[in-house]
Amino acid sequence: MADIAIKNVTKSYGSTKVIHGVSIDIRDGELIVIVGPSGCGKSTLLRMVAGLEEITGGEVSIGGRVVNRLEPKDRDIAMVFQNYALYPHMSVYDNMAYGLKISGMPKADIETRVAKAAKMLELSELLQRKPRQLSGGQRQRVAMGRAIVRDPAAFLFDEPLSNLDAKLRVQMRLEIRQLQRELGTTSLYVTHDQVEAMTLADRLVVMNAGVAEQIATPLEVYHHPASIFVASFIGSPAMNFLRGKVADDGESIALSQGSPLRSEGVHLSTHAGREVTIGMRPEHLAIVPDTQADLRLVVRIVETLGADTLAHGHLVGASGDRAGFVVDGVGSTIAVRLPGNAAIREGETLPLRVADGSLHLFDPEGGKRLVDL
Amino acid sequence: MVENRPLLTFFQHTILIFGVLLVVFPVYIAFVASTHEGRALTSGMLPLLPGNRMIENYNTILFGGMRQAGGVPVALMLFNSMVMALSIAVGKIAISLISAFAVVYFRFPFRMLAFWIIFITLMLPVEVRILPTFEVVANLGMLNSYAGLSIPLIASATATFLFRQFFLTVPDELTEAARIDGATPFQFFKDILLPLSRTNIAAIFVIMFIYGWNQYLWPLLITTDPSFTTIVMGIQRMVTVAEGQPQWHLAMATATLALLPPVLVVIVMQRLFVKGLVETEK
Amino acid sequence: MHKRVTFKGFAFPLALLAPQLLVTLIFFIWPAGQALYQSVLRQDPFGLRTTFVGLANFRRLFADSLYLNSFQITIFFSIAVTVLGLVLALLFAVMADRVIKGANGYKTMLILPYAVAPAIAGVLWWFMFNPSIGILAYAARGLGYNWNHQTNGGDAMTLVIIAAVWKQISYNFLFFLAGLQAIPKSLIEAAAIDGAGPWKRFWSIVFPLLSPTTFFLLVVNVVYAFFDTFGVIHATTSGGPGQSTNILVYKVYTDGFIGMNLGSSAAQSVILMGIVILLTTIQFRYIERRVQY
Repeated sequence: MADIAIKNVTKSYGSTKVIHGVSIDIRDGELIVIVGPSGCGKSTLLRMVAGLEEITGGEVSIGGRVVNRLEPKDRDIAMVFQNYALYPHMSVYDNMAYGLKISGMPKADIETRVAKAAKMLELSELLQRKPRQLSGGQRQRVAMGRAIVRDPAAFLFDEPLSNLDAKLRVQMRLEIRQLQRELGTTSLYVTHDQVEAMTLADRLVVMNAGVAEQIATPLEVYHHPASIFVASFIGSPAMNFLRGKVADDGESIALSQGSPLRSEGVHLSTHAGREVTIGMRPEHLAIVPDTQADLRLVVRIVETLGADTLAHGHLVGASGDRAGFVVDGVGSTIAVRLPGNAAIREGETLPLRVADGSLHLFDPEGGKRLVDL
Repeated sequence: MVENRPLLTFFQHTILIFGVLLVVFPVYIAFVASTHEGRALTSGMLPLLPGNRMIENYNTILFGGMRQAGGVPVALMLFNSMVMALSIAVGKIAISLISAFAVVYFRFPFRMLAFWIIFITLMLPVEVRILPTFEVVANLGMLNSYAGLSIPLIASATATFLFRQFFLTVPDELTEAARIDGATPFQFFKDILLPLSRTNIAAIFVIMFIYGWNQYLWPLLITTDPSFTTIVMGIQRMVTVAEGQPQWHLAMATATLALLPPVLVVIVMQRLFVKGLVETEK
Repeated sequence: MHKRVTFKGFAFPLALLAPQLLVTLIFFIWPAGQALYQSVLRQDPFGLRTTFVGLANFRRLFADSLYLNSFQITIFFSIAVTVLGLVLALLFAVMADRVIKGANGYKTMLILPYAVAPAIAGVLWWFMFNPSIGILAYAARGLGYNWNHQTNGGDAMTLVIIAAVWKQISYNFLFFLAGLQAIPKSLIEAAAIDGAGPWKRFWSIVFPLLSPTTFFLLVVNVVYAFFDTFGVIHATTSGGPGQSTNILVYKVYTDGFIGMNLGSSAAQSVILMGIVILLTTIQFRYIERRVQY
């Protein structure tokens, strides 16, 4: 049990900098998830904490001890790999016991520890099997068992569920959550799956191109994303982004096409006259009578998911013409999430209103959050 | 194949049978010759079926040797060959494993230099450096010894390359997991890499054993003491005798004995051997 | 070329490499260097003085009709062994690839000669072709040909070629078989649907796709014919009758070891070294390129 302090850590390969000064304070017992797209540096960061990659700059401390120069085995950590990394020629028992055996632990102690972990992970029947005789989920559990028996100061997870099928993934992430709560071990978990991130994390670290764009609780990240990237990465379907402008007096905002969007409660003198990117989540749009509508959506595609219905389309003005709207994102379409029983037809025009307190204003250059309304 | 052409199939089998005959015939004839008495062979009548002198002939040759060729018992020769072949095979494997491990899993100055030095041995078969190598061995006092027979032959580039290639396919994550588990490089080698290499080791063993057993020029050069004769080199003495005809029945018995162990090894370990052979050369 | 994940260390890996490097340096590199050095020296007849003579040894060799003869014979020998060895092996491999029944049995039998030492192979055929008691000599006489490899140079050459080819068939066979089995069946089936018969299919699809293997085996066989066949010659014809089977690698031995002509033998060794290096370089260069497709 320990806290992990990542202070201004950078990583360069030769002259190419891939991680630009990331700082994270992980408290004892927390499950921190680093989430981001492929290539953002999250695995590299994790491996630097593990000791598998050199730390170019900055400092990593585990339990108050600076570990930059320490070998992985001296850092008191255990790692769960994406491809399980089980020793193919050893039984499940030997796989879990190997690290303990090397450290010279007496056989009886090893047996106790392995038995305990096996019980926790429901592997007790499988101890004599070889990895190739196990299913993907079982192998992942063995990988976790190997980490658990070491009773380390911290667990490091490197996308452990990526190789499992969708259903198994859902089940396993609940198990991991439970396990971590039970054991109370500080954990650093890396994934590219934002659903996994949201469900597992005590706090999230959203990374993009080697920079940690936001470090906060899942709800905080969801309701108050710190940048366009974070806003678009978290939440599915993704947030809609429209271009607009703050009025010169700062008392209202309008869409780029000119139609007004909101004026009650808008006091933005600091951003008066500014061009902004306006974000609104599909689930925060609702169908209203035309007179109350902020937006009108002409439906192009309807996705019926059972529990929800997603309608995608483009915006039109009150008179029905498309000109003037600037929509960021793939296909320039807007998405709205409606109840499952909403009968929507293609070609229909939906008058929509944004729920109160669900507008996010961002600076179009740089993407940083300006204000949430 | 897609079509059904009975004529073609018949033709195929014919060719293959011819091939097998071609391959087996010399060995068969040798065996037949080894089971007759000497006179039967030189009398002008050529036996095609085994005779009834197998036990006597083999007894003579194994324990008495051929008078004309120095009278070294073939049993001793078999023993020498076995020692040499096993030493070479085991030696090559041991050396190559650790060399491949060093070259693949460590980064250190002179690594590439070491790699090239090893590589050069591929271009220097003993035949191109006969005299100087003999001199070196003589100077080291290694003539007429098991050490001299085997040590100069155990620095094999092929085995090293094969193991290197195999090590490159072992997933990095296994190494990382081992590092996190606290394994030293040596423990990683012993507990993880070696067990995973078992099939490759077996395949290479077969090839190296045959290579070692069939050594001809080298034992010829460095053994003058008849008690260090190996069976493959010993054949020559029996066949090229100064006076009169060689005792063919005994010579053929020796030849049969000389080819038996490697042939057995190949047949028994066929799958492994084929895999190893094809992999080595890539 | 190397792994992403490596261990730290300097003394340890060097210690691991030490045995191989030591043996290589002592028994390979040093003697090779010696050969190079000795090839530019000449010993006087009493072995008392050695003088530096530059390339004189080499020039002498190339002016020596015996040496040139040996060169010629070796080239002829290696071409014959290579061509015969490859053609026969390919034939067997193609047949073995297509049979369904008994494939394993044929395969097991056909790889037998690999286990037999070249010297032994030589002795076996030597016995069968023995003018007085050899069964094949007997058959040849029955066909009207008086076989005698002890007096007839051509017969002797034929004998060693047959013995060398016999031994090498297995090796080639295995590689051809592996190469054939690596050809996707779908290509052959597509050709069959297009109407090509087996003969046509072989020449337009199989053989071209087999060319990397063929080329590889070509080089290996030439190296084999040049060097590994020492045993065949030494155990049978001893280079004779006359000079008819005195291939280069055998000549090096007789001149150096028996004749004690240091300079000449060393020079011959150096020339052989050059040939090996050339062939091995070609082989590796080509393989490197092959791996890229």
